[in-house]
Amino acid sequence: MDLHLIPSAVPSSEERAAIDAALGTCAADRQWLLPALHAAQERAGWISEGALNYICERLSVPPADAYGVASFYALFAMAKRPRAVAHVCDDIACRVNGAEALCGALEARLGKPGEPLPGASATWLRSPCQGHCERGPVALVQIAGPNPVNTTVTAATIESILGSLAGSTFEPRATSQPPSRVRATAGQANNGEGDSWIAAPQTTVPEWRPGLRLLRRVGVVDPASLDDYRAHGGYAALRRALDVGPEGVLREITESRLLGRGGAAFPTGRKWEAVAHAAVRPHYLICNADESEPGTFKDRVLMEEDPFALIEAMTIAGYATGCETGYVYIRAEYPRATSRLAHAIERARLRGLLGDDVMGAGVRFDIQIRRGAGAYICGEETALFNSIEGKRGEPRNKPPFPVQAGLFGKPTVINSVETLANVLDIVSQGGPAFSRIGTAASSGTKLFCVSGCVERPGVYEVNFGALLGDLIEFAGGVRGGRRLQAVLLGGAAGVFVTPDELGMPLTFEGTRAQGAALGSGVVMVFDDSIDLGDIVHRIAAFFREESCGQCVPCRVGTIRQEELVHRLRAGAPMGSAAAELALLDDLAGAMRDASICGLGQTASGAIQTAMRKLGVFGATKS
Amino acid sequence: MTGAAIPAPPSREVELTIDGRQVRVPEGTTLLQACRSVGIDTPTLCYLETLTPVNVCRVCVVEVEGSRALVPACSRPVEPKMVVHTDSERVRHSRRVVFELLASSVDLSLAPARVREDMARYGASPERFGPRAARVAQPVKVDNELYVRDYSRCILCYKCVEACGADAQNTFAIAVSGRGFGATIATEFDHPLPDSACVYCGNCIGVCPTGALMFKSEHDMRAAGTWDESRQTVTETICGYCGVGCTLQLRVQDNSIVRVTSPLDHDVTSGHLCIKGRFGFQFVQNR
Repeated sequence: MDLHLIPSAVPSSEERAAIDAALGTCAADRQWLLPALHAAQERAGWISEGALNYICERLSVPPADAYGVASFYALFAMAKRPRAVAHVCDDIACRVNGAEALCGALEARLGKPGEPLPGASATWLRSPCQGHCERGPVALVQIAGPNPVNTTVTAATIESILGSLAGSTFEPRATSQPPSRVRATAGQANNGEGDSWIAAPQTTVPEWRPGLRLLRRVGVVDPASLDDYRAHGGYAALRRALDVGPEGVLREITESRLLGRGGAAFPTGRKWEAVAHAAVRPHYLICNADESEPGTFKDRVLMEEDPFALIEAMTIAGYATGCETGYVYIRAEYPRATSRLAHAIERARLRGLLGDDVMGAGVRFDIQIRRGAGAYICGEETALFNSIEGKRGEPRNKPPFPVQAGLFGKPTVINSVETLANVLDIVSQGGPAFSRIGTAASSGTKLFCVSGCVERPGVYEVNFGALLGDLIEFAGGVRGGRRLQAVLLGGAAGVFVTPDELGMPLTFEGTRAQGAALGSGVVMVFDDSIDLGDIVHRIAAFFREESCGQCVPCRVGTIRQEELVHRLRAGAPMGSAAAELALLDDLAGAMRDASICGLGQTASGAIQTAMRKLGVFGATKS
Repeated sequence: MTGAAIPAPPSREVELTIDGRQVRVPEGTTLLQACRSVGIDTPTLCYLETLTPVNVCRVCVVEVEGSRALVPACSRPVEPKMVVHTDSERVRHSRRVVFELLASSVDLSLAPARVREDMARYGASPERFGPRAARVAQPVKVDNELYVRDYSRCILCYKCVEACGADAQNTFAIAVSGRGFGATIATEFDHPLPDSACVYCGNCIGVCPTGALMFKSEHDMRAAGTWDESRQTVTETICGYCGVGCTLQLRVQDNSIVRVTSPLDHDVTSGHLCIKGRFGFQFVQNR
C-alpha cells in the first residue's frame, strides 16, 4: 500500500522511542495498533500527529484509518492536554457515594472537565463506571511521561485525587474499617495491600469460607506467588486435564452444564466443542476481561486476587479446544489487575506452565494481554475481536458466530473471566459433581456485585438459587437502616426491580420468569434517599456515550432516548409523561429489534422499568 | 474487488418461505436478493450492489422465525427452511422508527425520491421527537475545487469509506472517526482533503445516497439557485483518456457538463471512475 502520511508531522524522539519499545520487532501488522496508540498516549499524554504518522509508517496502516480507530476510544486524546488526567467516575454506583460533590469540588479547583485552566499541569474528565463500585467514588489517574502512571484512586476525595495528579505516592485507603461481624483472617494481609476484605467481605468470615469456590483463594493466596498458588491447590486441574485429554475435558465441561457468566448464558460446553472440532486452523482463545457493565467488578477481583487461576483455566481451555494462543482483553481501567496478571503470566512462562511445552506434556499455549482504551462496546465479543485486530470496536453482524469465524476470521472461544474460573473445579471434581450445585437449570455458584446503598458492598458468591433479598441481607442490608427503594439487576443493560420482588430466585430461569436477567451479576441497591430520576438520566447518558455509532437504531435511538429522559427530568415532557413513555416504548422496540448488538438491544430496559414499575417521572405505574 | 463479472459456478438451491411463498434461490443468495427475485420490495440505504454489505442502516430488516432480533436482509444469506416475514408488525415498526431517527437527525432533502416514498409507506413522522432533537449540524466542507462534503446530510452508510478503501479505490483517505452520535466521516485529524491521501476519483460521490458528497459544480449551482434537473440531459459516452473503456454518463445543463457518473451495472467500472473520467471534462467546454 502506498501510504500517504500527514505532511510535515514528525514524532518527538520520546514518542518514537516509546512506540518502538511497544512494538519491538513485530511485523507491520495492524493488530499492534492499539498497543502502539497506548504507548504514544502514555508517553505524551495525547496522540500527536507525528506519533500517529510514525505508528502508521511502522504498521503500514493508512492515517485516516488509524485516526478513526484512535478517536473511537475515550482514553485516547486527539488534542494536546495536560499530562496528568483524572478520569472521575460519575456513573450510577459512584453517584450514590458522592461522585457529583467530588466533581463539583474538582471543577472549583481544576476548571471544567476537559477544559484545563491556563498553564495547568493537570485536568480531569468525567468517566463511565470504572468497575470499583464497592469503594466509590473512584478515579483513574493517568500521568504521561517516561514512567507513565495508571492508578485507581478509590474512596476518592478531592485531596487524594489532587495528590495523585501531582504524582505523589499517596496511597488512598478506604476509610471504613471491617464491620464487626467481618473478622480478619490469618491469610488476609497477603501482599501488603491486604484490602481484599473490602472487595469480597464474605471471604473474611470463617464460617462463610467453606461455601466458596470461585472466591476460595481470594484474600488467602498471594497473587504474586506461583508457589503459594500451587500450595493452595493450583495447577491440580491442569494436571488432571492433561491426564484425561481434550475430549475428556470437553465431556466434563458439557456434563457440568456450565452456562456462560458474561450475560448471554450460552452453554460453555457447546461453545468449546464447536471450536475444538472446527476444521479451520488456527483456533483462538479469548478471555473477555473487559467487564464494563456499570456496577460490575467481580472479574476484577478474581484477576487481582487470584490471577494464576485465570491463567490455569485459560490453559485448560486452550488445550481442550486446540488453541495455541490465548488473549486476555482487559479494560484499561483495571491497572492493578493488568499488572498482576502480566506478572503471573511471566512467572507461569518461566516455570514452563505456559509456552511451547506446558507441564512437559508437549502442549503449546501462551497468553497475550491486550488492553482496551475506554469503550464499553468492546466487551461485546465481536467488537472485541475488531478491537484486537486494530479496527474500530464496532460489533459484527452474527452469523457467522465466533466459533465459526471470530478473531482474525478463525474459530474462536471467548469466555468471561468468571466463566473460566469455574473450569478449574469442573475439571478437578468432575462435571457431574459441579452440575449438582445450584438448580437444575443453573449449575454452580454465581458471583454477584453488590453495590449502592448496602452496608457491605462487594463481590459475593452464592449457590444458584439464593433469593435476591437474601443476597442483600448477606451484604448487611440497606445501609443506615433506610427503606429499600429499588434494585438495579444486571447493570445499565438490566432492569429495575421493586422491593416487592425480593423473593426472586437469582438463577437464569428465575430471573427470566420475572422479565429480568442476571446479566453480569450486578445487584445495585437504592434506598429511599436516592433520586432515581437522576440515576435513570445517567443511564440514558451512558448508552448515548457508549454507542459505537455504527447502526442507526442505536446511534440515534440512544440520543433520542436521552433527550426524552432529559425532558421528563426537567419537568417539561412533550404532551405528558405517559405520552413520553409511549414514545420510549416505540424507540425501545426498534432498538431491541433492529440494533446490531446487545448494546442497543438492551439500552432501554432499565429506563422503561424505572418508569413503569417504580413510577419514576410520574409515569403511571402498571 | 467486487468480482461481479465472474459468474459463480452452479450451486445448490435453497428453499425457504418468504411472506408465505415458497422461494427457491441458489445457495449463498442474500435474503434481499431472494426478496427481490420474487418481487418483494425491500427498502435499503447503506446497501449497494457493488460494495460489501455493511448492514448498518437497518431499514432492510426482516423477521426470521426463530431469530430473537430482526435480521438485515442485505447481508444475511438464505438458509434451508427459513421462514421470513418482510411486512410483519415488527418489521414495519422498526423500518418506520429507523427512518424517523434518520430524518430527525440529518437532512434527507437530496436523498432519492425513493426514500420519501418509503417514509410515507411506513408512516414515518420524524417530527415526533420534538423540535429540539439533536441534529448532525456541521458546516459544508469546501476545501478543494472538485467536490464538497456536507456531513449534515450524512447518514453514515459507510459507502464512501468502502469505495475509497478496499471495495474500489484502495486509497483509504477517509474513515469513520469518533463514536456514537458524534461519529463522522473524516480524514486523519480532519485535515482538508488536499492534505490527505485523496486522489479525487470521486467514487465516494458516486456511491453517496444523500447528497452529502457532491460535485462542487453542482454545489455552487444549487447555492446560486441555478441547478435545474428539468433542464438537464444525460449523454452516454466512452472516456477517451485511456484504453480501459469506461462508460461515462454526462449530465448536461445549459450545454455545460455539471456532473459525471458511470452506470453501476457497467462491467468495466461498476460505477467507479478515476479523476480524469470523473472531473476531467473542462476541455470540452473551453469554448
